[in-house]
Amino acid sequence: MSETLKSQNSSPRLELLNITKQYPGCLANDQICMTLMPGEIHALLGENGAGKSTLVKTIYGVVAPDSGNIVWDGADVQIKSPAIARDLGIGMVFQHFSLFETLTVAQNIELCLSPSQLAEIGDLDARIRELSSRYGLNVDPTRYVHSLSIGERQRVEIMRCLVQSVKLLILDEPTSVLTPQEVAGLFDVLRQLSAEGCSILFISHKLHEVTEICDNATILRSGQLVADCVPKNETPATIAKLMVGDLAEQDAGYEKAHGEEVVFNAQKLTLAAKQPFGTSLKDVNFSLRKGEILGIAGVAGNGQEELMSIISGEDKRNLKDTLFLSGKDIGTLSAGARRKQGLAYVPEERLGRGAVPDMSLSENTLLTHSAGFVKAGLVNWNAVKQYAKSLINQYSVKCHGESAEAKSLSGGNLQKFIMGREIGQQPKVLICAHPTWGVDVGAALAIHQALLTLRDQGASILLISEDIDELFLLADRMAAVCNGHLSPVVRVEETSIDQIGQWMAGTFIETDTTSEAHA
Amino acid sequence: MIRVQARTEQSRLMTFASPLLAIVLTLIFGSILFTALGKDPLQALHVLLIMPLSDAYNVSEMLVKMGPLLLCAVGLSLCYRANLWNIGAEGQLLAGALGGSAVALAFGDSESMWVLPVTLLGGIASGMAWSAIPTYLKLKFNSNLILTTIMLNYIALYLLIWAVHGPLRDPMGFGFPESALFSDAALLPVLSDSGRVHLGVVFAVLAALVAWFILSKSHLGFKIRVYGADEPAATYAGFNANGISWFVMLFAGALAGLAGVAEVAGPIGQLTPNVSPGYGYSAIIVAYLGRLHPAGAIVSAVFLAILYMGGDLAQIEMGIPIAVVGMFQGVLLFFLLACDFFIRYRLVSSRETVA
Amino acid sequence: MDIDLITQVLFAAIKTGTPLLFVALGEAICEKTGVLNLGQEGMMLMGAVVGFMVAYGTGNAGLGLVGAMLIGCVMSLIFGVLVLHLGANQVATGLALTIFGTGLSAFIGTSVVGKTLTGFEPIAIPLLSDLPVIGKVLFSHDPLVYLAIALALVIAYVANKTRIGLTIKAVGENPHAANAIGIKVLHVRYLAVMFGGAMAGLGGAYMSLVYTPMWVENMTAGRGWIALALVVFASWRIGNIMLGAYLFGLASIMHLVLQGMGWSISPNLLAMLPYVATIVVMVLISADKYKEKLLAPRSLGKPFDPRQMA
Repeated sequence: MSETLKSQNSSPRLELLNITKQYPGCLANDQICMTLMPGEIHALLGENGAGKSTLVKTIYGVVAPDSGNIVWDGADVQIKSPAIARDLGIGMVFQHFSLFETLTVAQNIELCLSPSQLAEIGDLDARIRELSSRYGLNVDPTRYVHSLSIGERQRVEIMRCLVQSVKLLILDEPTSVLTPQEVAGLFDVLRQLSAEGCSILFISHKLHEVTEICDNATILRSGQLVADCVPKNETPATIAKLMVGDLAEQDAGYEKAHGEEVVFNAQKLTLAAKQPFGTSLKDVNFSLRKGEILGIAGVAGNGQEELMSIISGEDKRNLKDTLFLSGKDIGTLSAGARRKQGLAYVPEERLGRGAVPDMSLSENTLLTHSAGFVKAGLVNWNAVKQYAKSLINQYSVKCHGESAEAKSLSGGNLQKFIMGREIGQQPKVLICAHPTWGVDVGAALAIHQALLTLRDQGASILLISEDIDELFLLADRMAAVCNGHLSPVVRVEETSIDQIGQWMAGTFIETDTTSEAHA
Repeated sequence: MIRVQARTEQSRLMTFASPLLAIVLTLIFGSILFTALGKDPLQALHVLLIMPLSDAYNVSEMLVKMGPLLLCAVGLSLCYRANLWNIGAEGQLLAGALGGSAVALAFGDSESMWVLPVTLLGGIASGMAWSAIPTYLKLKFNSNLILTTIMLNYIALYLLIWAVHGPLRDPMGFGFPESALFSDAALLPVLSDSGRVHLGVVFAVLAALVAWFILSKSHLGFKIRVYGADEPAATYAGFNANGISWFVMLFAGALAGLAGVAEVAGPIGQLTPNVSPGYGYSAIIVAYLGRLHPAGAIVSAVFLAILYMGGDLAQIEMGIPIAVVGMFQGVLLFFLLACDFFIRYRLVSSRETVA
Repeated sequence: MDIDLITQVLFAAIKTGTPLLFVALGEAICEKTGVLNLGQEGMMLMGAVVGFMVAYGTGNAGLGLVGAMLIGCVMSLIFGVLVLHLGANQVATGLALTIFGTGLSAFIGTSVVGKTLTGFEPIAIPLLSDLPVIGKVLFSHDPLVYLAIALALVIAYVANKTRIGLTIKAVGENPHAANAIGIKVLHVRYLAVMFGGAMAGLGGAYMSLVYTPMWVENMTAGRGWIALALVVFASWRIGNIMLGAYLFGLASIMHLVLQGMGWSISPNLLAMLPYVATIVVMVLISADKYKEKLLAPRSLGKPFDPRQMA
């Protein structure tokens, strides 16, 4: 820890004074003030939509604030572009990485450097190798980014900052894409940087991580600063209250269910990737029982999307003798026919897949739910509208009626609508991918309860999620996916976060493919 | 200060106001251009826009031009709704004219009541065949639809020219590259005494109404709209993408083919190399100006037909080159695309934004 | 077929391929940044007519070239503002540009229809042009043929070996990431669009100043579209574009070969050849969907709006 450094050097590295940013219909940052000392690891906490990302993008020069001042090393600065931020010594690791897959690691890093910086460094590859061994990042400058796992890509992003002697490193939700073991590795790097005097601004909503590594925390809610605190002196419960407000309900523990009868199963599912840089599925086997939630953990990009699209039939390649619904081979059916057999899906991409952005909620209801609304090829639009209205009421979707365009809804409300629409078809099997990413706590709670209700009514649910905590909360049985392989399936009571974390890293894979695991 | 702000929902008002605004801006542009050319802008606009409607003969000639524009535009509207960039209406129209002519000429002097329907069907089938080629190539071989349809436009044109120089040339025609005149039984009935308005115009309006019904009332129409607005959502919902593509492309091909055969069996009465003054390309603008809505296409087809007619008159009356029509069409589409910006965005004074 | 005919055919193929090469080079750079400009045909026609009028008016073909490039730039700027600033659909705007260019070029060109001028005289490169066959085929062309080859080499170098090329590739692959690391995405795209416009103007001027040399309405006859197809065939690689342009040049003059060999096919049917060839090659090349997805610039045709970056 860097207590000594901080006490010696008492002038702040960065001060934010009354930063305000208004977006149409949303005050993202309202007079935010914050101070960061050299070597300090500072957490920025808040719910989805609290304004964390906007604030850090302001510091990094991606977003221009409407008003307020930024003081850097005691001087007022205007950070009009990321290039200026980098010249000051500010580096940022984005949540959705800003890397170019078709370029090499070195080319990606070169793009962030000014010609003078590049000249100063000289041999960029050598510099990358030197920093890589110094911080244990294990980054190879000559590899193409598309061949790297998510964790490796994150290390490239960090490397990109280190190459320019960073004084403030900003990380936007860095741990949400990592296995638990990788998180520990990341924290070692951050501690080392902090000891060398680099300030770190760490965005997260995972409280246990914050208490583990951060010296101070700033908590935002709906664009406003609600508290500054020292995480070590708080409990996760008190911080959570600060983040979501007093009124928000919390997820409590839920009863686990144990289904017997197998409703859906996948047998020996092996399939080459269809998209460039996609993941091939390798001998995936699992069965889904009546009245249970089967959770599939894994870091993004390990075959979840491919699995989802092959089960739904969106991937149109026929797969005979691999997918069975109630004993019937559905591998050769079209996506529409599979829906008619009782499959329903909640995709990860809400806007643009789960719902058509420019269409009304009634039209988006008809998107997947046409039973009873279409006669002789003609649509009974009045009935569709009535039904859309009832969905909106039943799932308390906040919107201005069934004629509202899908894109005008917040993420959480749209997700409640999509969830309601799919559940309303009374599916035998619901496939649900990342149901609560980017959703506020209230909506997440409603979505969790809707899933459990559906399970208790006897449906089977396949829940794909990157959020290990959510899976432990909801799932009855669990498995992990890594580089297109699926781990064994275990009852949740009989496993641990540690074991699932290991599986996410591919330890269950017996062959030598482990070395290229996407973990 | 004025700033641009994204709207949370598309503006319905601007959706309809934008084409009108674009027309007004185009007319302003035109006035400036005519002034620069030393022509009286008011007189020029009068000749371009008012004279085509001034007497029964001019109106009927205008309607003759509106027919093919509308037929092609209705088909294109459905294609563009499905996000299929069919630029091939011109080729499909020419194919329809060529196929229809071959049928009509094969009947010779026959007086049978079947001559006309079979001729029309021949044109429709040729148009469909011509649009089936790019559709098949796209679905089977992933070929770029824009480029294949464009290439097929050129190929259809050369095929037609070859036909009037070769197999379909009138043996009694002194070597002119034209077919023989069709027999009366192969000609579309004329609707009025003055002018050449024929049954094809009625077909065009009917086609627009049918397309309107499909788009707004049928499940297929809904699927077409979803497929065009958001292909991943259509795939997610399990819609049959190939079926949708085949339907809209063949529908468009059939209408364009009908437009072509209705030209040769209507106002022209024989096959000539100049069947179309670019109707298939102008139909793209008609479709856009009509908001890809079949009913809108009726209105915008009338407008473009007036412009075509006005162009003819402007050349005769004021010596303005006929090419001005093509240029106006491009300008009109530019202004329309620019005005459409305000469907998605609005201007606000920056004081409003700071809450 | 004798050696003289082969020499003549290859010479003509290079000449015929040159306008395609100019246009395709410009469009390739434009597409590499993620912008699809279907207005090539319109910009070519404007380049052809303005190039001809300037050269005719001043008696200086070089000034004609400059005029053609400038008008190409101006045309592409209209496209750029609509597509980049106003977020208009790239396909529709490109079509509008072609319709506009076709109409406008016919309109302003009426005064020079039927006029002729002396364009660029061939320059035989000393020594090399004396080589048998190759000397005639490669080294006794007009200066613009050499210019096209030189440009292709320079562009290939810039695109593959320099920071500029890296930036272009980054913007084309992921404009959001490029914006996040501080690349001015719209600036890069504007420059690429204007470069494409200038090159299309040059390609058009080659038609009216060298190839024919005269101005006729619609004289490019779909070459702008073939150039667009060429970029796809070439998988956005400059070397392939060069090769493809000359091969298409060859396809376009095949009727000379066939007539030379004594075939009697209607010239109207032979005129279809380049268009049929385009379709056939397109079918052969694009059939591998996976490969095309891998090679195409990832953001091609998709709008990027920095206003919506939250």
